[in-house]
Amino acid sequence: MKNRLKVLRAERGWSQIDLAERLGVSRQSVNAIETGKYDPSLPLAFRIARLFEAPIEAIFTDETESH
Amino acid sequence: MFTPRSPALTRYQWRVGLASIAYVAIIFAVGWLFRHHPPAGVLRYPVAALPALPIIAVFAALGRYLVDEGDEYQRMMMVRQVLWGTGGAMALCTIWGFVETYAALPHLPLYFAAVIWFGCFGIAGCARWIDR
Repeated sequence: MKNRLKVLRAERGWSQIDLAERLGVSRQSVNAIETGKYDPSLPLAFRIARLFEAPIEAIFTDETESH
Repeated sequence: MFTPRSPALTRYQWRVGLASIAYVAIIFAVGWLFRHHPPAGVLRYPVAALPALPIIAVFAALGRYLVDEGDEYQRMMMVRQVLWGTGGAMALCTIWGFVETYAALPHLPLYFAAVIWFGCFGIAGCARWIDR
């Protein structure tokens, strides 16, 4: 799954640590999500969406989607 | 750069540390007891099993950590590390068992399964740390 987390974070001038603290997760988690090594659960994806005030599908893109 | 350590991880490390101290104390105490005043009758069985308790406590601490850890990514990485530890230990014990049967490798006491598990778990932990 692709995501725009790094771009959204950069737009706000946040470091990975800043974002991790806002989400209540570790910096390693943020890094793993940004680099596509880990897809967050639905509750964490909702927390990310609320933090960036954007719908989930504006942040995460399902690469297997066929349209 | 570090984020604050997860409270669940801190509790886990404290529990493992205390269990390790208890293990060293118990293994020396039980060894001394069996050398100088060996318990008689059925009592020798529970006394001989005492060193297993702190090792069981480490496995329990690991289970507790997996329940307590709120960071889903860290939890997944720990589950993966446990699976590597378990898979590695099962594979090595199985290989050792067959080679012992057919090619006369020395017999290993069964508690070595835990020792091998800790070894494989540790190696998986190092790989996880390098791959952060």
